[in-house]
Amino acid sequence: MPKLKVDGIEVEVPQGATVLQACEAAGKEIPRFCYHERLSIAGNCRMCLVEVKPGPPKPQASCALPAADNQEVFTTTPMVKNAREGIMEFLLINHPLDCPICDQGGECDLQDQSVAYGRGQSRYAENKRAVTEKYMGPIVKTIMTRCIQCTRCIRFAEEVAGVEEIGAIYRGENMQITSYLEEAVTSELSGNVVDLCPVGALTSKPYQYEARPWELRRTLTIDVMDAVGTNIRLDSRGRQVLRCVPRINEDVNEEWASDKTRHAIDGLVRRRLDKPYVRVNGKLLPATWDEAFAAIAAVDHGGSVAAVAGDLVDCETMYAAKALVRSLGSSLLEGRQTGMAYDTSSLAAVNFNTTIAGTEEADAILLVGTNLRWEAPLVNTRVRKAIKRGAKVFAVGPETELTYKVEWLGHDLSVLGDLPDTVAKIFADAGKPMVIVGGAALKDGHGAALKLVETLNLVRNGWNGFNVVHMAAARMGGLMLGYAAKGGIADLTHAKLTFFLGADEVDYSRFGGFKVYVGHHGDAGAAHADVVLPGASYAEKSGTWVNLEGRVQRGERAVFPPGDAREDWSIFRALSDVMGARLPFDSLAGLREEMYGEVPALRHEGLVSFGWSVPAIDGSASGTIGGYPIKDFYLTNAICRASPTMQRCSAELVHGETFAEAAE
Amino acid sequence: MSVAQYVKAFTLWEFVKAHAKTLRYFFRAKATINYPYERMPQSPRFRGEHALRRYPNGEERCIACKLCEAVCPAQAITIEAEPRDDGSRRTTRYDIDMTKCIYCGLCQEACPVDAIVEGPNMDFSTETREELIYDKAKLLDNGDRWERVLAANLAADAPYR
Repeated sequence: MPKLKVDGIEVEVPQGATVLQACEAAGKEIPRFCYHERLSIAGNCRMCLVEVKPGPPKPQASCALPAADNQEVFTTTPMVKNAREGIMEFLLINHPLDCPICDQGGECDLQDQSVAYGRGQSRYAENKRAVTEKYMGPIVKTIMTRCIQCTRCIRFAEEVAGVEEIGAIYRGENMQITSYLEEAVTSELSGNVVDLCPVGALTSKPYQYEARPWELRRTLTIDVMDAVGTNIRLDSRGRQVLRCVPRINEDVNEEWASDKTRHAIDGLVRRRLDKPYVRVNGKLLPATWDEAFAAIAAVDHGGSVAAVAGDLVDCETMYAAKALVRSLGSSLLEGRQTGMAYDTSSLAAVNFNTTIAGTEEADAILLVGTNLRWEAPLVNTRVRKAIKRGAKVFAVGPETELTYKVEWLGHDLSVLGDLPDTVAKIFADAGKPMVIVGGAALKDGHGAALKLVETLNLVRNGWNGFNVVHMAAARMGGLMLGYAAKGGIADLTHAKLTFFLGADEVDYSRFGGFKVYVGHHGDAGAAHADVVLPGASYAEKSGTWVNLEGRVQRGERAVFPPGDAREDWSIFRALSDVMGARLPFDSLAGLREEMYGEVPALRHEGLVSFGWSVPAIDGSASGTIGGYPIKDFYLTNAICRASPTMQRCSAELVHGETFAEAAE
Repeated sequence: MSVAQYVKAFTLWEFVKAHAKTLRYFFRAKATINYPYERMPQSPRFRGEHALRRYPNGEERCIACKLCEAVCPAQAITIEAEPRDDGSRRTTRYDIDMTKCIYCGLCQEACPVDAIVEGPNMDFSTETREELIYDKAKLLDNGDRWERVLAANLAADAPYR
């Protein structure tokens, strides 16, 4: 634990910390461009120069200098000021002064730091360097003349995303950042380089020229594109969400977000349901709320009512629907749209028990039927981190590219009962072994995987290595609220009246009764329903979501739903009046109190403790994993399918279409 | 009261003095002008009706940086932007609510490309409020109409900027 002085303030920092971190610990701001806490140290921008004693009589790059005992660091001396001004002048030699047309304007590190640390005028009258644009795919727009060669994007692609497709060519002033053969960067995390870029060299293509940071209203909420529950900030102007950026949450997403999280938001203004529809003579016709409600109230259900929750709904919506179904005299609820019927008697057995952050510490990981890269990209980055610390990864399932080295054990599930000796030995020696079961294996392999808990000793003191990866943001919340019928969706198909809460993945042909779709997009559900009630998407309601590790998180409303659409819970409240089964709440707060009364774990944000118990399931495993449930990462739900950006990503990155968009 | 004051009061001296003053101004040159047929000289810095200018080749100057929108203290300017077909950054909407505008001139100060300017025109009263909500076409039209004067005014003011 080195002790050093920064501008006379004594600080103690952990072993291996840098001088820059010590300065931050002392509350001193050090300007920087290339240094980033989550990436390796490059030390090539030189903006973080400080004066250090003892040492050579010249400024030193604090980001690459280890803090040592008895060092004295100065951050405000004339030498440091001079050095910063000089570096800033050098950086601005080749950086174009086109801030007014740059999308980074207003949130640009170079802009801010040149105001704070620059000289305020230029002495440079010669010609500037110009660099041709590079093509990096449908998400990232490049204006490479603006690049200051900090190499953050290269380090991100290599270290976090795991795709070595961004690199630098040529040297010195002529150095250029480019993607491999100028093809699209095939990472589902590529959007993060836009946030990382300290200047406007890499900007967001779908968002280009749309808005300035100062005109946007910021709302903190939770992403629903996958079950990770990425903490996001929605930037909106007027009634439209224009941008989605991640918030920092070390336990969930660090500061990353997948491309789907970031760029599916343009689907929020397309193909929206903005008025109720009622099916008359086989055709859906626009109707008023009263007419739609009357059509539902006229159904002679005789107490045979069911609710099917979609992948994106919040706990409040599910609770409101549950309360209505219950007051109509039924208890048929299901959220697993594809017909899965795994045992849910112990929620711990279907939870990501190690926690997302805990994954980093694992030293032996077995993936069972999961394509983590698509099912939970931000869990995948944690697995990569674990590998960097020396973890070994094995996988059962069809081979796929997971961005790290995996030893594939075939796609026969019976291997779970009879692991190869080398694998068994590594797990026996492991201090923190981990098994991650994906959707492809849950049906046939859940019992066998649970048996591994015993054979591999996964649950031990302070460590639970049994994990299930879900793909729907609503899944854990739904399971906590009882959206799980014993036989899965098959138990519900006989219902005379079924409410579909944004459920677009369900096989509608199995349902014979009256179908009511409450959702926000005109997707599969709306097409099959008898009555369509327009609801709110995740950006348009305050809600509670539980992510795959059982973390209760709450999001705020960013914008209002379009047209006649209403927040989902209020639809059920109004409908309950018409159906003569009045629900006992009149506000979101009232609903939440009711919900907390029933499921107390939802009251407090943070990890829910499910305890640990193993349900009695047959532990023998048979069958093979034919494929993974997600066939197309970019088109997994109604919002994505309505988003032009996601369609383009899918066409280009999944289906390999090439777009004749040469570098400008 | 003194004798002098009595004399002044009886001869209506104040009355005579006032009339003499009136008579003097009657023969003097007039300070008023016959507006709108005659006009006072105008400073090149006069802040009148807004205009969006173009480059000599016909390309509109505005690059949708939104600095004028940000600086406008009356929040009279509304801008929306998106990439034009050739990839350049352009406005799709540039509205000024002339009834909100306080003619402070901050928009033209903020403009990095001298696109939005306040011209010399001050006779643009209308019969309805709606006509005073200017859109991009109207502002560009203003720019085309007044370009010679606007350019001359900017050139005259350039040494002091």
